[in-house]
Amino acid sequence: MSSSIVNLVYLFAGVLFILGIKGLTKPATAVRGNMLSATGMLIAVVITLLNSEIVNFTYIVAGVLFGGVVGAFMALRIQMTSMPQMVALLNGFGGGASLTIASAEYFSVLNIDAHTFADLLQPVALGADAFGTGAEGQVTLVSIGLTILIGAVTLTGSLVAFAKLQGLVKKNFGLPGGPIGNALLLIGGLVALGCMIVNPSQAVTVLALIALALLLGLFLVLPIGGADMPVVIALLNSYSGLAAALAGFILGNTVLIVAGSLVGTSGLILTKIMCVAMNRSLGNVLFGKMAAAGEAVDADEIYAGKVTSAQPDEVAMMLEVAKRVVIVPGYGMAMAQAQHAVRELADSMESKGIEVEYGIHPVAGRMPGHMNVLLAEAEVPYDNLVEMDRINPTFEDTDVVIVIGANDVTNPMARDAEGSPIYGMPILNVDKAKNVVVIKRSLSPGFAGLPNPLFAMDHTLMVYGDGKKAVVEMTTALNQS
Amino acid sequence: MEILILLLALFVLSLFLGVELIVKVPPTLHTPLMSGTNAVSGITLVGALLAAGSDTSPMLVNVLGFLAVTFATINVIGGYLVTNRMLSMFKRK
Repeated sequence: MSSSIVNLVYLFAGVLFILGIKGLTKPATAVRGNMLSATGMLIAVVITLLNSEIVNFTYIVAGVLFGGVVGAFMALRIQMTSMPQMVALLNGFGGGASLTIASAEYFSVLNIDAHTFADLLQPVALGADAFGTGAEGQVTLVSIGLTILIGAVTLTGSLVAFAKLQGLVKKNFGLPGGPIGNALLLIGGLVALGCMIVNPSQAVTVLALIALALLLGLFLVLPIGGADMPVVIALLNSYSGLAAALAGFILGNTVLIVAGSLVGTSGLILTKIMCVAMNRSLGNVLFGKMAAAGEAVDADEIYAGKVTSAQPDEVAMMLEVAKRVVIVPGYGMAMAQAQHAVRELADSMESKGIEVEYGIHPVAGRMPGHMNVLLAEAEVPYDNLVEMDRINPTFEDTDVVIVIGANDVTNPMARDAEGSPIYGMPILNVDKAKNVVVIKRSLSPGFAGLPNPLFAMDHTLMVYGDGKKAVVEMTTALNQS
Repeated sequence: MEILILLLALFVLSLFLGVELIVKVPPTLHTPLMSGTNAVSGITLVGALLAAGSDTSPMLVNVLGFLAVTFATINVIGGYLVTNRMLSMFKRK
């Protein structure tokens, strides 16, 4: 198989990837787009397998079988509420693949074989020239180093993100010195990278780079918690793409570069959207805490004597006379697995001629688009899922807003209280509606740690308890009326 | 060196193309976009196959290649399947 033909086929696969992502710009064409993309992948893999350099299929068959079974099992068994964990794991494996490919290339070029760890520490006979003459060798080495760095950070960072989302790691903690500790790890990694480029025959430099980068990934994500996860996941998504593109430079492989850079930009754009939706800079999410501005707000002062609570059947009476209802879901809906119950409540309202829409904040949930997937699973038509900018002007004409499991994204302090830590963050203006119903376990603050004046407003009713149970009771009461 | 410049051009142009494409994806599809691009980044499988299947390479390289094939295959199979599962839920009334 000549390399020209292989490259032409790679080009074709790259075109299919592009068409695949283009298909994702509309829900109606998205399934087809995904199929096109998968076809591109199949073609690229098949043409690679025909390559004459591949003679030993033992490791390939073992890896494909093992990876295929694990991947299929995860994809088919995962609950929609756990989708952030799944995406975090996939990001991590993407980083892991790039990391191992770059390391394999390094050891392959230098023909290093090691049966014990001590073997690895011996310098080898081959030097930088083995990677290519002059500047080419340097570029390959730099690509190997950067791929290892980014791939390793993505691997451990994503595993930590997974552990946090799964609730395996609950505490947020970092290195002593916080960002400075991480900066030292990064500098250490870059020094190891530099040494590797200058003196590639010392494999110990690569081992140091791998170790430092793995640690950096751990400690970058360990301090970050809860509602900042959408940013972290989007950023790690970007890294996994970037690592793949860099691996393309090592191997001189065009399809890796095209696909990797598409993924890299996708993740970066999502990261930016998430940061804008939280009114925070990327640096602030990664290294900072919430802005510590303004005097502490006393929750008791805001809530005392002003919070009205209600039972689900009282809410049902209110819904009965409404013309337009907007449902605002948050992470609490995912926790309570309440998406099907919410859909049934909406069905019941629609059967009584009430207009129902869903107001979705970009950072509601634990990753970009989390709420949309949950509601799609509950068979809510996507036309009813309305993004923030389009739903906000409609709240004044809305009779009842039902907030389920969302908090900070509805906090009017973000709009009105200058000096508040969340001031400037775009919110859903649910307080503009005629009535607001908040389904929540208690008055406890959200991720920002702030009280929410919305809960104390005259036209707000608090329904305490499990989100799913409360919604089911509302539906039952509404159906009986 | 010329080849490197060509690869770099491909990289930069792909980044711009990526921006143009991705900004058009509606927020409602952002999760499938992430899992779908995860699957695409499983294209590293191509590089992994070369590392795992070479007979002239040392054992260490083959083992790393096996790991890479495993990781990348999880991404490809898991990514496309889960994206398909999610996308087929998005329906219009």
